[in-house]
Amino acid sequence: MSEQASNLDKLASLQPTEAEVTAFLDASRVSPESNLIGVLQAVQERFGFLPAAALRQASRRMRIPLSRIYGVVSFYAQFYTEPHGRHTVRCCRGTACHVRGGKKVIQAVGDALNLDDGETSEDMMFSFETVACLGACALSPVVVIDGAYYGKVTPRRIQTVLSRIIADESKREDGK
Amino acid sequence: MTVAATNRFGSPADLEQAREEIRRRTRPAARSVRVCIGTGCAAKGSRRLYDLFRQAAHEAGGGLIAVEAVKCVGCHGLCERGPIVVVQPGDVLYQQVEEPDVPEVFRETVVGGRVVERLLYQDPATKARARTAAEIPFYKAQQRIVLAHNGEIDPRSIDDYIAFGGYSALAKALSAMTPEQVLEEVEKSGLRGRGGGGFPTGRKWRSCREAHGQPKYVICNGDEGDPGAFMDRSVMEGNPHSVIEGMIIGAYAIGSSQGYIYVRNEYPLAVEHLREAIGQARERGLLGRDILGSGFDFDIRINRGGGAFVCGESTALMASLEGRPGEPRAKYVHTVEHGLWDKPTNLNNVETWANVPAIINRGGDWLASIGTAKSKGTKVFSLVGNVVNTGLIEVPMGITLRQIIFGIGGGVEDGKAFKAVQTGGPSGGCIPARFLDTPVDFDELTRLGSMMGSGGMIVMDEDTCMVNVARYFLNFLREESCGKCTPCREGLAQMLHVLDRITHGKGEAGDVERLEEMADLLAGTALCALGKTAANPVLSTVRHFRDEYDAHIVDRRCPAKECRGLFRYAIEAEKCKACGICKKNCPADAITGAKKVAHVIDQAKCTLCGTCFDKCPFDAILKV
Repeated sequence: MSEQASNLDKLASLQPTEAEVTAFLDASRVSPESNLIGVLQAVQERFGFLPAAALRQASRRMRIPLSRIYGVVSFYAQFYTEPHGRHTVRCCRGTACHVRGGKKVIQAVGDALNLDDGETSEDMMFSFETVACLGACALSPVVVIDGAYYGKVTPRRIQTVLSRIIADESKREDGK
Repeated sequence: MTVAATNRFGSPADLEQAREEIRRRTRPAARSVRVCIGTGCAAKGSRRLYDLFRQAAHEAGGGLIAVEAVKCVGCHGLCERGPIVVVQPGDVLYQQVEEPDVPEVFRETVVGGRVVERLLYQDPATKARARTAAEIPFYKAQQRIVLAHNGEIDPRSIDDYIAFGGYSALAKALSAMTPEQVLEEVEKSGLRGRGGGGFPTGRKWRSCREAHGQPKYVICNGDEGDPGAFMDRSVMEGNPHSVIEGMIIGAYAIGSSQGYIYVRNEYPLAVEHLREAIGQARERGLLGRDILGSGFDFDIRINRGGGAFVCGESTALMASLEGRPGEPRAKYVHTVEHGLWDKPTNLNNVETWANVPAIINRGGDWLASIGTAKSKGTKVFSLVGNVVNTGLIEVPMGITLRQIIFGIGGGVEDGKAFKAVQTGGPSGGCIPARFLDTPVDFDELTRLGSMMGSGGMIVMDEDTCMVNVARYFLNFLREESCGKCTPCREGLAQMLHVLDRITHGKGEAGDVERLEEMADLLAGTALCALGKTAANPVLSTVRHFRDEYDAHIVDRRCPAKECRGLFRYAIEAEKCKACGICKKNCPADAITGAKKVAHVIDQAKCTLCGTCFDKCPFDAILKV
């Protein structure tokens, strides 16, 4: 199988089935009284992104036009309509990080992963995004990888951390 | 513990009785360990320290120190020196504690009552060791009201909050004061909104109370979006009950039965702690129906933001709460009259709410006795950037910038010269060295072309290019602009275009005036505060650092040597060890040199990428 085809398969396997979506929305009792943003957040927490099937169903259940839901989804930076990578690398571009060399760190992460801000790698290993401010300014510059904070990072240190994750991943792949 | 958990307080007397019981049970704790689990310390592994101390206490058998006496607490403020651990007896503050230090600290200090010298804070100048927080210069000039119990109480325990006097202000308000009296007390205190605008809190409450329409809502704005600011985060994480208590008191004064806390999604720990705190308050009858038997009903819901800076603006936040995109609206109709769901709504920031319990307990006159003529009380700042002691501080209004940056902050890091301090977030401005002796309050900072804002204070050293700083903020705001109104959507893009030109050495004569003209237009015509104040970083840098703009435009030179292309690299012959690293790494083959011969950069070939500067192990590459 070509690498591209295998990546496409991986992508398809990340899409939940209609039944999975139904079960989840049933369990969360989504109704016209629910808070739209709260529902979207719950869906994203469950599936890692917002599957089209879930948005269509939420629209029916909440009696909100799909176009309006899409308006909300595209307005907020934290909603994804595409599957996200297994690891999320978030770099802070806040002021405190900026004056302490955050720009170079962001560049180094982008180079190491070969991704631009907001992109996910084809093998679904990494998603890379920058955030306005992580509110951990005392640790600036800051990078958060899968919820873990790395403070006072240098381009070199963050590259080491990323290489370790990549090495662990390939070990995991080999183990399969 | 379980007995108390089922206890619903039916009256203020129940609460007082419970307080006595908790105090009897937990005190006198001759021995205790408090581990900071604020975001800064947690990032350096403090949760593991907490586990290890607990384990040590468990193994010691409980006779010496109760396992419960090892507790996690909120941010101490001195994030620079984290993880912070405070040990009783002696209130000894240990900094930069690591896992291998735990057995020694436990054996020596917890058990033996002796101090482990090497973990104490050491003054960088005098080399003197400080035993307790009070001896550290960072804490000396501070006055803590909002942060008073941060670092002392376990944010996950309502019992701990109650033991430290928590909910006594609520009990006092509900049992001994009318809503009108609560309002008067807050008005008397002179408290002004801590979220940025500085609007008098009491007046806002009164307008909402007097507005027609039911129900009324109160909102806590925890969407702390200013880059470089984390005051609210630390309060929500470290002392969530203080915010909740403030909100209940406010709701009582205003006549509201439903509150909302809107928290940034980037603050998962704050959401977790607030959620737990609300659950505990409900269990005890401090939220819900008939609070403390007073007949007053009030409850709070938490909503998480979706990662949009503009949602910190009150009308955008309300739109977001309603499940819509967070776009602001014009505010000639005030939110205190028509806010959330078109009902009268009172929105205050986290720090404002957290001030309320202290005002009720100690009286409005007490708060009014602190601060300057028109700015009362204290303000929490996050002191960050190129400063020695980064962290969270709370100081009385009226303290000078110099006292904050050099007294508490310990000056500029790496011995560099101070250039400016940026306050007020993207709506604020940069203040140069000659105004360091300005007292900090709402009006003084505005006079200097900056503003108080929510409390981010970013110190910038001599290597920071002020034009680039202005560009940075403008770019930030352009990305965060919601796009609803034309001046903000298009104006910011145009201003950024001009600033880009200047920082790339292509500035034209008259560019500064063009920026000023557009800034004026924005201030006059944008829909919300984001757009109206968006030009402040540009205007304040033009006002205080006009020479830097001119250097970029006229001389094509960046005085701070930050803007690429507007300075050159050169090799200092005496420092060069001819190691060849720069030569090997230069992508343009612009460096020549041989063994034992100092290397030279061919300026004609150099693309100014800066690789040599980063790679040189001997700091021999200079920016000229």
